Amino acid sequence: MAPQQNPPVATQPQVQQPATPHLAVVVLDPAHGGADQGARGSWGITESDVVLSFARLVRISLEGQGLRVILTRQANDDPSFDDRSKLANAQRGVIFVTLHVSSTGQPGTVRVYSLPPDTTTGSSPRGGLVRWDHAQSGFVDSSRRLAELIQIQMAQNFRGSPEIPVAAAVRQLRTIAAPAVAVEVSSVSQPDRKPLDQMGPALADGVARAVAAFRTVYESGGK
Amino acid sequence: MSRALKTTIAIFAALLVVGLITLPSLRRGLQRMNGNPRSEQQARREVMQVPISTPTDVNVQAQMYWLSPSSPATLEATPIQLPLSADPVERSKQLLIALIAKAPAPERRTLAADATLLAFYIQPDGVAIADFSDELSTGTPSGILSEQLAVDSITQTLGANVPGIRQLKILIHGQEAETLSGHVDLSGLFPVSSPVPANVPAAPASGGSAAKSGGAPAKSVPAAPAPPPKKSQH
Repeated sequence: MAPQQNPPVATQPQVQQPATPHLAVVVLDPAHGGADQGARGSWGITESDVVLSFARLVRISLEGQGLRVILTRQANDDPSFDDRSKLANAQRGVIFVTLHVSSTGQPGTVRVYSLPPDTTTGSSPRGGLVRWDHAQSGFVDSSRRLAELIQIQMAQNFRGSPEIPVAAAVRQLRTIAAPAVAVEVSSVSQPDRKPLDQMGPALADGVARAVAAFRTVYESGGK
Repeated sequence: MSRALKTTIAIFAALLVVGLITLPSLRRGLQRMNGNPRSEQQARREVMQVPISTPTDVNVQAQMYWLSPSSPATLEATPIQLPLSADPVERSKQLLIALIAKAPAPERRTLAADATLLAFYIQPDGVAIADFSDELSTGTPSGILSEQLAVDSITQTLGANVPGIRQLKILIHGQEAETLSGHVDLSGLFPVSSPVPANVPAAPASGGSAAKSGGAPAKSVPAAPAPPPKKSQH
């Protein structure tokens, strides 16, 4: 291959300002799956099942806003933490939402988590490269903002939910190079799955509203 | 009937009687053996759960972080009287063993009842390493909330009662685990905020050592002034 010639200095393009960030993709992660059922209730409700049905509902709500939605799993399989992260990190203009159901907590409530800043200590990027296992380090603030917006919606839709999100060292979030949050519904520890299923539409609506609000923040450069 | 046959029948009859007499106790013995298989871990747990005593033990009011009885998604500081060593490593072991064993009620527990602390070290830079048995992982209810509360109960209990610990690394059976029970990341260090109570000497870290059992009885002194109970919201 012939070496490319540099254009004359006078005709070199100016260094372009970063394009206005455009939020186009939401990667939804129904956690666990396959042999890993996640939290399991005494009456047989499994986290991996419930989150898959939640993810399908959230997808519909987000697609209604013109966003492209990618699920990290479509069925009862179990991609690794890193496989899920790869899927998100390969996208541009993306946010990541991992969905969970706990085995504790007041049933009918929802908590939203983002990674605390100190979990990514020592991750200062060098030469524009960020270590894979600290990929979240540059997005802690925007993740926190997204978590706040979703938590507000959850507090409005589900009585008893906190109004402020919590920082927690959620493993899945650490390797995501984009705004990323975990949404955890309480809980699998109830005899009947119906109340959980009934939370699905309000959960999907709340996430979609929060993402719409975040989109404005994201596309204005966080201001 | 021949004499030999009579003798044989008599011997069998005697054996039968002896068998019938000893059968119940044999059965009880077998049931005991089946119902109580002593694994290596159980044996270790029995040894480890013996309270640690050191010559510098002093009875103090320790602040233990268990689930709040009124709001189970939060931790609440609960003061209890504990004999605690002046040595930070031994003191930390005493606290973590108490955190597992002395929960006021099952619903306030943050760590699995059958988990044991296998080792504890404090590095000179203030990074503590706590090595727990597998039961910490297998016995913690799966979920971000419950796993984070488990970790927070450890870091807040250490922070409130042991000076000089800045960060905590949690190992499971000597190994770095990816998560506690599927959610919370154990690969990093957890921050420990460490207010220094007035009565606790900031002794230098003595490094890891095997848990000592027995030894000098705890000295009894007036309880230390305790900070007001505080809740950590989740």
